Amino acid sequence: MSDNRTATSIRTKIWCEDHETDNRFAVRAAYCRGFDVYGDMLGRARWVDMLYLLFHAEPASVAQADLLEDLAFALANPGPRDASVHAAMCGGVGGSGTAAILMAALAVGAGQHGGGRDVYLAMQGWHACGADPDKWREWLAALPASPGSVWPDPSHAPGFDSHAPRTSVPVRQLLSRLATHGCGWRLSFLAQSLARFEEMTCRGLSMAGVAAAAYSDLGFSPEQGEALHLLLRLPGAAAHALEQRGLGYKTFPFGKMELQDAEGV
Amino acid sequence: MNVSGAAPHALDEHVGILRSRMGAFFPGTHVIFRGHDLHTELKDMDWVELYVFGITGRRFTSPQLRLLHAIWTTTSYPDGRIWNNRVAGLAGSVRSTGNLGMAAALAVSEASIYGRGIDKRAIDFLIRTRQRVEAGERLEQCVREELDAHRSIAGYGRPVVNGDERNPHMLALCRDLGLDQGAYLELALQIEHVLLEGRWRMKMNYGGLAAALCADLGLSPREYYLFMFPAFLAGMPPCYIEASDREAGSLYPTPCDGVAYDGPARRQWHGGK
Repeated sequence: MSDNRTATSIRTKIWCEDHETDNRFAVRAAYCRGFDVYGDMLGRARWVDMLYLLFHAEPASVAQADLLEDLAFALANPGPRDASVHAAMCGGVGGSGTAAILMAALAVGAGQHGGGRDVYLAMQGWHACGADPDKWREWLAALPASPGSVWPDPSHAPGFDSHAPRTSVPVRQLLSRLATHGCGWRLSFLAQSLARFEEMTCRGLSMAGVAAAAYSDLGFSPEQGEALHLLLRLPGAAAHALEQRGLGYKTFPFGKMELQDAEGV
Repeated sequence: MNVSGAAPHALDEHVGILRSRMGAFFPGTHVIFRGHDLHTELKDMDWVELYVFGITGRRFTSPQLRLLHAIWTTTSYPDGRIWNNRVAGLAGSVRSTGNLGMAAALAVSEASIYGRGIDKRAIDFLIRTRQRVEAGERLEQCVREELDAHRSIAGYGRPVVNGDERNPHMLALCRDLGLDQGAYLELALQIEHVLLEGRWRMKMNYGGLAAALCADLGLSPREYYLFMFPAFLAGMPPCYIEASDREAGSLYPTPCDGVAYDGPARRQWHGGK
């Protein structure tokens, strides 16, 4: 480990590497939060253990890792109807590079309509309102404005599906399963209060809403939850985009255009 | 917030069809761009003129277009240390594609301490402040409230240095073009005066000046934000090219001891507890 802090060093509490004696760019051992990644964790820790440890000072408990794994499983494929996957497939059918496909999925999957920003805002709701239904009612009725933000003003209750009057079966199944892990209080509170939330928002809970409660119960900040949500939804985007790359553009819907009178000059 | 949202049947009418006022491509014949034939009616537009027309649907005069060009060229810095440029450079260094590197560099340019985050906040602040001042409020109070709310004012002060080398050149051009008499530019200079006279000692930066000039051209915050999207682009290809032409991996190479770790001491993994 290095104590050498100069203006040219990268500071971190997450990661450090020992180097070979004859090459300070060659790694001999890597440590995550003090744990030997390749010499000790590899083969004994799960992917979700590493995912959790990267964002937290201490390892996940078994229950926390189980919760995160169930969530990662549920989010892995938003399906080909999802806008972020659609964006990735647009890259695929045209033969765009694989990184471009994932960048497209990230850019579209970042949005406030079921994407990363939706999770971020919903997690802010948990921070602001806790388990107080009156605070939730007040917060949902007048979401905090952010003048000058690059993000559009929120147009729906974060974590709820603006096109669904009721919570879907898969969302209920996910919420029910995640609440069994007993991590934190939000998932069980949400499961118990679902009807009240549906009444407040006139909308069904979304996957993003369940995910926001789960990230909060796992101790992630809204920014961290946003990042994880972006990451965990990428596998399906990649798979569908590469499938479409193989099928080609001729079998992918192009759509009909109805040109209306132009605005402006 | 509109909690009523859109009912499911609201989506049905959009299935399989795209209705647009913006334009369409008619394969093999022509293209309509905001109601005009791109290849005949708009063929004499230069790229910036077409870009701004695409955003606003409005036409601009030659001096205004000259100013809009200058707003981009004045802030194109081919310095690979700057964070967004460095992304383009790193892409070149690891032999990624130029398109990926520059697209990512532009995405990164939507930052909170510079770039698009500042642009949107700066023009929003100027428009709100003008409305308040015209309604009779004191400018000093508007400035103080903005500082209390955000601990900074977008368009004033700078992360690296206080003061901005771009502003004298842009102000000189505005004078030459006769575009230095706008109400927002006057307001922006008054705000700088308030900040310099007070204890804050912040000068107007380029973000503040460009926002004021574009507000005087009638751009809305969203129009201005979209106009500024490629503002840093011209500085990025040089960073990509230079890094691509050098030894792979040689841009910002970091040795293991170039990382200052101050996390937990070494310990054994016992799995989840």
